[in-house]
Amino acid sequence: MRVVVIGAGEVGRSIAANLADAHDVVVVERDGDLVEELTYSLDVLAVHGDGTNLDVLREAGIDQADMLIASTDVDEANIVACGAAKTIGDPFTVARVKRRDLLATWKNAEGAFGVDFMVCTDLLAAEAIFRITGVPGAHDVDTFAGGIVRMAEFEVTAESEIADQTVSQADRYSSLTFAAVFRDDDVLIPTGSTRLTMGDRVVVIGSSDSIREFADAVAEPGDEGAEEVVIVGGGEVGFQTARLFEEHGFRPKLIERDRERARELAEQLPQTTVLESDATDVEFLAREHIDEADVVVSALESDEKNLLVSLLADRLGVERTIAIVETAEYAGLFETVGVDIAVNPRQETAEEIVRFTREGQTEKIAMLENDRAEVVEIEIGEGSVLADRPIRDAVGDLPDGVVVGAISRGGTLVTPRGDTVIQAGDHVILFVDTSVLDEVTDRI
Amino acid sequence: MRGLAARLRIDWRASVSLVGTIVKYLSLSLLVPLVVAVVYGDDVWVFVVSILAAGAIGLSLEHLDPDPDLGPREALLLVSLAWLAVAVVGTIPYLLAGNGIPFLIEPSAPQSTLAHPVNALFESMSGFTTTGATVLGAISLDRHSHAVMMWRQLTQWLGGMGIIVLMIAILPELAVNGAELMQSEAPGPELQKLTPRIVETARALWLIYVGFTLLYILILYGLHLAGMAPEMGLYNAIAHGFTTLPTGGFSPEADSVAAFSAVVQWVVIPFMFVAGVNFALFWHVIRGEIDALADDPEFRAYAGAVAVLTAITGVLLFRGAAPALELGGATEGVTENALRQAAFQITSLLNSTGYATSDFVEWGAHAKLVLLFAMFVGGSAGSTGGGVKVIRWIIVLKGVRRQLFVAANPNAVEPVRLAGRVVDEESVRGIMAFTLLYLLVFGISTVLISLDAARIGLGLTVIEAISASIATLGNIGPGFGDLGPFGSYLWFSDWSKLLMVGLMWFGRLEIVPVLALFVNGLDGR
Repeated sequence: MRVVVIGAGEVGRSIAANLADAHDVVVVERDGDLVEELTYSLDVLAVHGDGTNLDVLREAGIDQADMLIASTDVDEANIVACGAAKTIGDPFTVARVKRRDLLATWKNAEGAFGVDFMVCTDLLAAEAIFRITGVPGAHDVDTFAGGIVRMAEFEVTAESEIADQTVSQADRYSSLTFAAVFRDDDVLIPTGSTRLTMGDRVVVIGSSDSIREFADAVAEPGDEGAEEVVIVGGGEVGFQTARLFEEHGFRPKLIERDRERARELAEQLPQTTVLESDATDVEFLAREHIDEADVVVSALESDEKNLLVSLLADRLGVERTIAIVETAEYAGLFETVGVDIAVNPRQETAEEIVRFTREGQTEKIAMLENDRAEVVEIEIGEGSVLADRPIRDAVGDLPDGVVVGAISRGGTLVTPRGDTVIQAGDHVILFVDTSVLDEVTDRI
Repeated sequence: MRGLAARLRIDWRASVSLVGTIVKYLSLSLLVPLVVAVVYGDDVWVFVVSILAAGAIGLSLEHLDPDPDLGPREALLLVSLAWLAVAVVGTIPYLLAGNGIPFLIEPSAPQSTLAHPVNALFESMSGFTTTGATVLGAISLDRHSHAVMMWRQLTQWLGGMGIIVLMIAILPELAVNGAELMQSEAPGPELQKLTPRIVETARALWLIYVGFTLLYILILYGLHLAGMAPEMGLYNAIAHGFTTLPTGGFSPEADSVAAFSAVVQWVVIPFMFVAGVNFALFWHVIRGEIDALADDPEFRAYAGAVAVLTAITGVLLFRGAAPALELGGATEGVTENALRQAAFQITSLLNSTGYATSDFVEWGAHAKLVLLFAMFVGGSAGSTGGGVKVIRWIIVLKGVRRQLFVAANPNAVEPVRLAGRVVDEESVRGIMAFTLLYLLVFGISTVLISLDAARIGLGLTVIEAISASIATLGNIGPGFGDLGPFGSYLWFSDWSKLLMVGLMWFGRLEIVPVLALFVNGLDGR
C-alpha cells in the first residue's frame, strides 16, 4: 500500500525504514537537509514541506494513500495533519501524541480529529517499563495471544545457571521454546547442541509461568523481581509509569526536582511517595535508602542525566536500572556501560505503529535488537503452509530464520514440538529474522 | 591502488565486483548485433567471441567480493568505474572485427582504423557517452559489417538513458544505493525521484525511452513503406532509432541524415528535440498533468533557446551564410531549406546529438559562431542530452543577476527563485562551481589539444581546437574543419585521443563528486 509519513524524526524515520521494503513510502519533512539525506539513505520518496499544508499533502499523493502516519514532535501538528488529510482523501490516519489527555479526549469519541488511531509515546514507554520490570533480568518483554503467551529476551551472565550449557541442557521448562540467540551481530537459530555463552542474549517464548521460572534461573541470585520501585523524573513518562505501578498494587517512590510539579504529582498519585529533590544528590540517595530499591527507573528529560542516575544507582547496589533513552543509537551503548535496560520511547511507538500497518496479516508484533528480528503473532488461515501438517514438515517450506515459538488454540497454550500439527484458526507466535519477514508473511 | 583506497577509505572490491555484475549483464546486449550478424551472414564469430569474453570478464570481476556492501563512496567509485569498464568491454567487437580473422586475412586487405586499441576505445567511449565523435576512416556498410555498425549504434542507445539506471531497473539489489548511483549518472544537478521506489523510477524512465524509440522507428519505417524515404530501410530505421533518442549522432550513413529525404529530416528534428527534454516531464504528462511541460522553466528555456537560435540561423542562411552545398543544398533565398537546415543543425548541436544535414564546416564564420554558441547550451537535466544543461545556465544567470542587484542594494536579501520556488544557496553555489569547473576543463583541454596537434604537425586552427574540446566534453560529436560532421577525429595523436576519451567520460558523468572524492583523499583530509 501507499503510506505517507509526516515528520522524519526518529519515529518517522524508523517507521519509514521498516515499511520501505513492503510498501510505497512517502515521507514529508520540513527540514530540507533531512529530506536530502533521506532521499539517498532510504528507498522512499522524500517531500520537502509542512505536513499540515494541503498543497504539500497533495504533492505527497495523499489522495492515493492508504495510510497516513503523523509522527512529528508536535502533538497538534500531527492531529491537524490527520484532519487535513481526511479533507482530500480517505487514508487510515495514525497520529502520535505525547500528551495523554489528548489520547483520553480522542478515546471519548470514535474518529475524533479525523484520527483513526492514536498512539501516546510516553504511555507506551511507561507500559514497556512496567512489562519489563515484571520479569526479573529481562531486557525486553511482550505478551501475545491475549496475554497467555509471553516473549522475553535475557542476557546470559556469568552467574546465571544456564551459562555454558547447551540448549538441550537448559531446556528443562515445560511450555517454553528457545527461539533465538543474539551473539554479537549474528542471529542464531538454536539447535539442541547450541552452547549458550556469557553475553549471549536469548529470546524465549512460552507461558507466563514458565518465562517467570526461566527468569529466576537466568537472573543473578538475589534479583527476586520488583517490590520496591523508584522512579526518577516526574515528566510525562515518569508520571505514567508511577500510575501504572499504582494500578497494579505497588507503592512506588517518585523523585522530582521541581516543587510545583512535585506537588501536582503528589495530588494525582495517591499511592506514590513523591520526593522533592535532585536525584543526583548522593546524600539524599543514601538518606532515602535508594540502595534498597529493586528497580530504579530514570525518566529525566535528558539521556545524559538518565545515564548518570542509573550509574549512581548501580554503584549504590540497586538490582536493576532502567533508563529512558531518547536517542536510539545510545541504547546499546548505555546497556554496555552499566544501565541494565534502555527503553526508547520512539522505538516503542514505531513498533506500535508498524504493527498497525500490518493489520490483517499479523495480530501483534514485537521488534528485537533494533528490528534485526521480530516476534509476530499470526492467525493461521486455510491456505497457509503451516496448516494441517506437522511443524517439522512445514518448516521446510519456510526460509531459514523462522521459529514457531508458541501456539494458542481456543485460548489455551499449545507448546509446539516437531510433531505438533497446526490447525486453521490457531494463533501462532513466530520468531522471524527481519530479512526474511516478507517472504514468511506471504506464505503463512 | 591499495594505498590510495586505504587513504580514501573505500572498499574498492565491492565497487569492482558490482562493475563485474554490470559487465556480465551488458554482455547480453551483444546479442542484438549477433542477430544482425546472423541475418547478414557477416562477422558472426566476432560477436560470439565478444559475448563469451565480456561474460568471462564480468564473472571474474564479480568474484572479487561475493557480498558487496556499497557505501556512498563506493557508489561513486562504482559509477565512475562502470563507465570506464563498459567502454573497454565495448572495444572487443571493434578490435576483433577490425583485425579480422588472423589466419584468413589477406595481406592486401586494409585493416580497419578500429584495429588500433586507442581508436577502438575512442569509438566505444564516444558511443556509450552518446558523443558521436568518430575515428572511422570510412563510414560505410561496405567497409564495416552491418553487425559491427549496429553495435556502434547500440552503445549509444544503452548509454543514453544510462547504464546504471538500466541496471537499477533490472537488478533489485542495487536499489539500496539506487538513489546515490542514479544521482551520479543522471544528467543535471539534482536527482528527481518520481515514485517512492527508485527501481520504479528507473523503470519508468527506461519505458518512456523505449516507447519513444519504438514510435520513432515505426514512423521512419512507415515513411519508407509509404515510398517517401527510399533510403530508410528497416536497418537504417533501427540504427537511427538507436542514435537519435540518446542524443548520440552515430549514423551508419557516411552522409549522416543528409542521406535522407526532406520528409525524414523533418521527422528527425522533433525527435531530436524530445531527446533533450527532461524525461521526468513526460512521466508527469502521461499521468495526466498536461501542464507539466509548459510549467517547467527549464523546458521553456530549452524550447526558447532552440527557437531563437533557429530563427537567427535561418535568417543567416536565407541571406546567404552558406554556399550551395553538395550536402544540404542551396539555402540562399530558399525558405523551406533555410529553415530546415537551421532547425536541424541547431537542434542537433544544442542538445548534443551531432547529426548533420548540411556540411556546416563550409558555412560563414558568423553562422558557425552561432552554432558554437549553441554547443555550449546543452540539453535539459534528466534528458539524454549532454553539455552544461539548460537548468544550470538558468541558475547561473539568475545568480549573476542577483549579485548585481545586491551590489546596488547592499541591504537586500534576495533569494534565487526558479518557477516561484526558492533554490537553496548550497545548490546555487554547487551549480556555479560546476559550471566554472566545466569551462576551466574546456579551456585547458583546448590548449592541450592544440599543443599536441602542433607537436605532430597537424595544421589545427583555433576554432577546430575549440570545437574538438567542446564537442567531446559536451558529448556532441562533430566539430569544425576536419572534425566536421562528415570528417573524423582519426588524425589526432593517441595522447589527444586519450584526453578526449577522458573528456567524454567527464562530460557524461559530470564527475564533480568523484573529483571531490579523489582531491580530498589525496589531500589526506
